[in-house]
Amino acid sequence: MFGDFIPLFIMIALATGLALTLLKAAEIIGPKRPNRIKRTPYESGMDPIGSARERYSVKFYLVAMIFIVFDVEVVFMYPWAVSFHDFIEGGAAFGVMVVVTIFTVILLIGLVYDIKKGGLDFEQ
Amino acid sequence: MAAAPFMFFLLATVSVVAAIGMLVARSPVYSALWLVLNLFCVAGLYLTMNATFIGVIQILVYAGAIMVLFLFVIMLLNLDALPQLEEIDWGMVAGFVLGVVVLSQLLYVIASGFDLPMEAMGASAETGSAESLGIALYTRYALHVEVAAVLLLAATVGAVMLAQKRFE
Repeated sequence: MFGDFIPLFIMIALATGLALTLLKAAEIIGPKRPNRIKRTPYESGMDPIGSARERYSVKFYLVAMIFIVFDVEVVFMYPWAVSFHDFIEGGAAFGVMVVVTIFTVILLIGLVYDIKKGGLDFEQ
Repeated sequence: MAAAPFMFFLLATVSVVAAIGMLVARSPVYSALWLVLNLFCVAGLYLTMNATFIGVIQILVYAGAIMVLFLFVIMLLNLDALPQLEEIDWGMVAGFVLGVVVLSQLLYVIASGFDLPMEAMGASAETGSAESLGIALYTRYALHVEVAAVLLLAATVGAVMLAQKRFE
């Protein structure tokens, strides 16, 4: 059973190794001619002024909260997607589809409410 | 199957190192990043124990949603990095490490005394899989899923209500 996941672990190891190798190779092989302008946080950009720990608009937090809600929605949908072939074989595909559609529509109401209230509108 | 114990100890070591890194980091954002590494390693540990669904949920919910909440709180409270410690009391660190070693020895002796198995259980593969959960969730407990949807709807509406600029 664990043997099924060995390709997954190999892929994670390869991806991490490739990223680290490229970063380290760029550091070793690449030419380094630093100067004061190049080492500023935003090269050729605005000079950083003051602390980064300012108060942000509450809209950013709203986006984060809505992300959490839809993340939990994905948690509910994941077992449905995995077992959908079993539902088709068992002849219950239509009923399960209705259940999931109601589930999604209830959550869509929240999204529509949010958009109508201007919760995702950053312009105003 | 020699790969399974190897992966277990590798992931366990990395997760302990990440947990210590989370505690030692002086900046709260670095702590959060260490915690992400720790959560990913714990998800890998679940995979080595055949708990596939819990492993995926660990990444989706903990590394996704809970970490967003943590970063949210860090930004909301304007937490600054703690000042660097002047000196570390190595005597206390050595005492802590020795204490952990003695505790693990004691636990090992107790576990072997009760004849507890040291390797992962095989039976959980059937009951804890995503397929069996989906079949139970969308047939027998379909109403409960809809009630959960209403709860999530309430969370969405509540977030929008709280974040409104003015109350007419």
